[in-house]
Formats: sequence, C-alpha cells, structure tokens
Amino acid sequence: MTTPTRQPHPTTPPPPSTAPDPSVANAPAPAPAPGPAPANAQAPAPVPSPLPVAAPGPAPDPVPASAAGPAPVSGTDDPLPRPESAPAPVRAPRRVAVVGRWLRAGLLRSAAILLLLAVWETAPRAGLVDATFLPPVSEVARAWWDLLGDGQLGEHTRASLTRSFGGFAIAVVIAVPLGLLIGWYRPVAAFLGPLLELFRNTAALALLPVFVLLLGIGETSKVSIVVYACVWPILLNTISAVGNADPTLVRLARSMDLSTPRLFQKVILPSAVPVIFTGIRLAGAVSILVLVAAEMIGAKAGLGYLINASQFNFAIPQMYAGIVTISAIGVAFNQVLVTIERRLSLWRVPAA
Amino acid sequence: MAKIVFESVTKTFPTKDKKRKEEFTALDGIDLEIGAGEFVVVVGPSGCGKSTLLDLLGGLTRPTSGRILLDGEPVTGPGLDRGIVFQQYALLPWRTALGNVEFGLEATGVPRRQRAARAREFLDLVGLTGFEDRHPHELSGGMRQRVAIARSLAYDPDVLLMDEPFAALDAQTRESLQDELRRIWQRTGKTVVFITHGIEEAVYLGQKVAVITSRPGRVKEVVPVSFGGRAAGATGEDLRSSPEFARYRHEIWTLLHDEVARAQRLEKEEAAA
Repeated sequence: MTTPTRQPHPTTPPPPSTAPDPSVANAPAPAPAPGPAPANAQAPAPVPSPLPVAAPGPAPDPVPASAAGPAPVSGTDDPLPRPESAPAPVRAPRRVAVVGRWLRAGLLRSAAILLLLAVWETAPRAGLVDATFLPPVSEVARAWWDLLGDGQLGEHTRASLTRSFGGFAIAVVIAVPLGLLIGWYRPVAAFLGPLLELFRNTAALALLPVFVLLLGIGETSKVSIVVYACVWPILLNTISAVGNADPTLVRLARSMDLSTPRLFQKVILPSAVPVIFTGIRLAGAVSILVLVAAEMIGAKAGLGYLINASQFNFAIPQMYAGIVTISAIGVAFNQVLVTIERRLSLWRVPAA
Repeated sequence: MAKIVFESVTKTFPTKDKKRKEEFTALDGIDLEIGAGEFVVVVGPSGCGKSTLLDLLGGLTRPTSGRILLDGEPVTGPGLDRGIVFQQYALLPWRTALGNVEFGLEATGVPRRQRAARAREFLDLVGLTGFEDRHPHELSGGMRQRVAIARSLAYDPDVLLMDEPFAALDAQTRESLQDELRRIWQRTGKTVVFITHGIEEAVYLGQKVAVITSRPGRVKEVVPVSFGGRAAGATGEDLRSSPEFARYRHEIWTLLHDEVARAQRLEKEEAAA
C-alpha cells in the first residue's frame, strides 16, 4: 500500500497537448496515475468533500468565471471591437515550434519511465536485487510475449475487461441519473449525504466477503463489487455538480420563465458535465483496481487470477507480465477518459 | 399611460438572527411610475434594496405588500415581456456568443431555423459581428455584457431590467457601453429600468433618476434629467463636462450624501452589535 514512489511525477505539469494550443488544452485534469499505486482509491483530490450540497467541493470549480465578478481580461480591447482586429491565428511559422515542443515534452514525460526500465533491467543483472524475485525487464517482456503468443494473455485480459467495463458501465448508468435526482432535491441530498459518505469511505474490498456470501464466487459478485466501487465517485460528483450549478444562471433561467425540466436540460446538465466526468474518470481507475483484487480471490480467469496463480506457481516473470498489462490497461483507459473529459470541458475557463 | 407602476410596494425579509425575530425591511412603500419607452435609472447607496426592486419587477420575488403593475396588470411571476441583464453577465460558458443569444430565443419558441439569423442580427446590434463563435471566456468583460444585452433584446421584451450591468467593467469600457446602451434604447424604444450606485452613470443615462434611500428603501426623489446639448448630438466627454451635467450630479449627490452617511453608520452599528 505504501508505494508513492511508484508515481514518479504525479504532478509534473507539461500538458499532454492533444490540442495544439497548450493554453486551451490545459484542462483541469491532473490524471491520477491509475497504475499500480492503490493510493488513489483513498484520497484523490477531485472527489468532492463530505457534504455535496453544502461544501463547494475541491473538484474543479464548476462555477465558471462569469460569477467571479471582474473578468480577468477586462476590456481594454473592448471599445468598439473590430472583428478584423481579432487575433488571427498565425499558424504556419508556429508549427515547427509546436512540433519541437511536443518532442521535448514527450522526451521529458517518458524520461522517468525509461529510467525505471533501465534500473529494472540492470539492478537484477548487477546482483543488487535477487533476480529470482525481480527478474530483469527483458525477461518479463519475453514472458509477456509468450503469454500473448499462446493466447493466455488475451483470454485473461478479455475476462478482466468484460467484468471491469461491464461493472463500470452499469455504475455510470445507475449513478449519473441518481446523482442528478439527489442533487436537484436538496433536502434529499442533505438527508442522504452522511449515508453516502459512510458508504464511500467503506473500502469496497472490505465488503468483498459480503458480496461473495450473498452472490457466490461467480461473475455476479465480481461485477457487483466493481459496480459498487464505481458508483460512489460518480454519484457524489454528480450530486455536487448539480448542487454547485451557478446560481446566477439559475436566476437567469428563472427570469426567463423556463420550466424546471428545461432548466435542467439547458442549464444544470451542461454545467455539470465536467464535474460528473471527473467522477467517471475516477471510477474508471477504481474499476480496474477493485477488479484485480477481486480476481485474486476465487477466480479462474482474469489478470488478477493470472498474477496470483503465477505467484503460486513461482512463475515470477509471468506474474510481472500480468502486472505490467494491468498498468498499461489502466493508463490507456484513463487516457481515453481524459480525452473525452477534455473534449467536454473545452468551454471551461483555462485554469488560471 | 404608465408602463410600470409601483404602488406602495413593501418587501421585508426575515432576518437570520433568530433570537431577535426582527424583520429586515428592504423596501418600504415604494411608489414609482415609469412611462412606456422611458429610460429610468434607480440610484442609491449599497444595501438600499435596489436589487430587490428589480427582482420584484422581474417577478423573481413577490412584494410583502403593495403591488406592481405592468401594463395595468399585476406582476405575478417572471415572464419574457421583461428581460434582465445581470451584473455578472450570466452567460452560459459552454455556449458561444451566438449560442447564448439563441438561448433567449429558445424560450420564446422562435423556430430553430430563424434563431441563428435573429441572434446574428442582435449581436450585430451590440457591435459583436465576427465574435459569434467565441466562448465567454474568450471575450472581455465588456464584450460579455454586450452578449448578455443582445440575449435580453433578442426575445424582444418590452422592458429591459438592468442590475448594475456595468459595475464590473473598467471606466473606458463602461463609458463606451453607456453610449451603446443609449443608442440601442433609442433604436429599439424599450422601456429601460437601470439600477446603479454611480451618480455619473445615473445622470448620463437616465431620463429620470429615482433616488432611493437606505434602510428602509424609499423613493426620496425622482429627478427628471434633460440636457439641451443632447438634442444637438452631444455625447461622452462633451456632455459630462457640461455645466448642466455638473448641476444634476451635484443635485443627486446632495440627495444621496445624507443617505450614504446614514447607511455607513447603520452598517457600523450592526457590525459592532
């Protein structure tokens, strides 16, 4: 559990720049590296604080700058704005510089990982660690390749992903509408708040025996534990997102005599999307985390099983191959979600 | 015939201090008449209930007693015959300038195909042609408020209610928007109720300036403002530096001065209590 060292630079800022302009791409998503570090199930920053209604929540502030009084870019450019004076994007000469920046950023971002791999390769060979327990990375890579070749890896990965994504998807479908409902009816939110906090802070894996007791050791209990663990971040973020909708916008909608469903559709929901998505992204990391642990107990397939079984059989390189695969899946899944999140949050004021 | 009539409108709020069980009187017996197409500025010290006045007119709250008539009918709730422009712009940050103006039109049931054209027209009216596709965070404060004004005008309300719309802007932007607003008002013939705490702004914009006292809010006096120079087309600095302007400003300043002092004293007492 104490592996903060596994996340070498969790906060190094250079934006992954999917969009060419880094100032826009600078969305509020410091990806909580979902890799092997289990710590982010406990204290991820963007989960809203205890009472979703009362607390403004440390989640990326859903109140856009329109409520923040004086605009940061007040209008020296304003008197009689001339469209033609709009800063025309000068593309061509900047492209080279942009590519250069990408390369440099890419190098910087992969440097730590390359270093880790180098240490992993040399330390066992140099006899600094016991090569039996930590085989060099090249050996692990060969084991991984063999597992891929004989179809084992594919089979276990498929088993894991089906459970993980299945549970994740079910959680999204349950938690988002439920969160919208609870968030909208403030008394309900206040009433349920403490209970939800209690559940959220009960480690999902502590409940695994209960799930096994109730649902057996088959697929149902595994998918259920994933659903359970994924529901809380989504639910709580959704509740807080609805509760934190900009009151000025609500007043505007009211002054225009918008009906409640319309208000919801046109104001509350769009303004809540980024915060909801932060919850979804956290749930994505949680879904893999919890599943692997669940698969270590009473499963016949899945990456968690592969890791555990390999360890029992003293197939140490295979064990590491399984671990690396999980890391890769976690990173890839998170990256997909971050990309979607950024796409949905483009309108947000670039983090000041 | 008067477009808007306040008939001894009183609004009280329960105070948060539950022990004393007092009521806070925000507005006390407001009487005010506003003619159709008039530009009326309501000026008063902070905390005098100016915004409450506007909320009542917008139908967002109900008066404790008295009534407000709009075209002879009592105001019972919000409606699209009144458009509010907020100090904080209240733009939907996920929509472009055009989308924000269309937001107003969506509420009125303007057919989808006509919305964009109509929205463009109103963005043009506020001088934002070429900025249709910008999101609010890509616009300056003044431009955002222009978008908000365009949005309120687009669904064609009879009355435009403006709650300190220029308070968050810097001086130059504010002055240019004041001119724009007067131009728009003259072009559209809307009835405008404009709330401010700025005396110069009040004198510059209003045909009538209603001075509100504080705690409780009452109408102290309604000062009609008219400049000889305005008919001749004087605007901006010409007007602001004219002796007439100085006289009006002094008149309203004198009316407000006692009020400001009193409001400050009350605030101090409250803070000490």
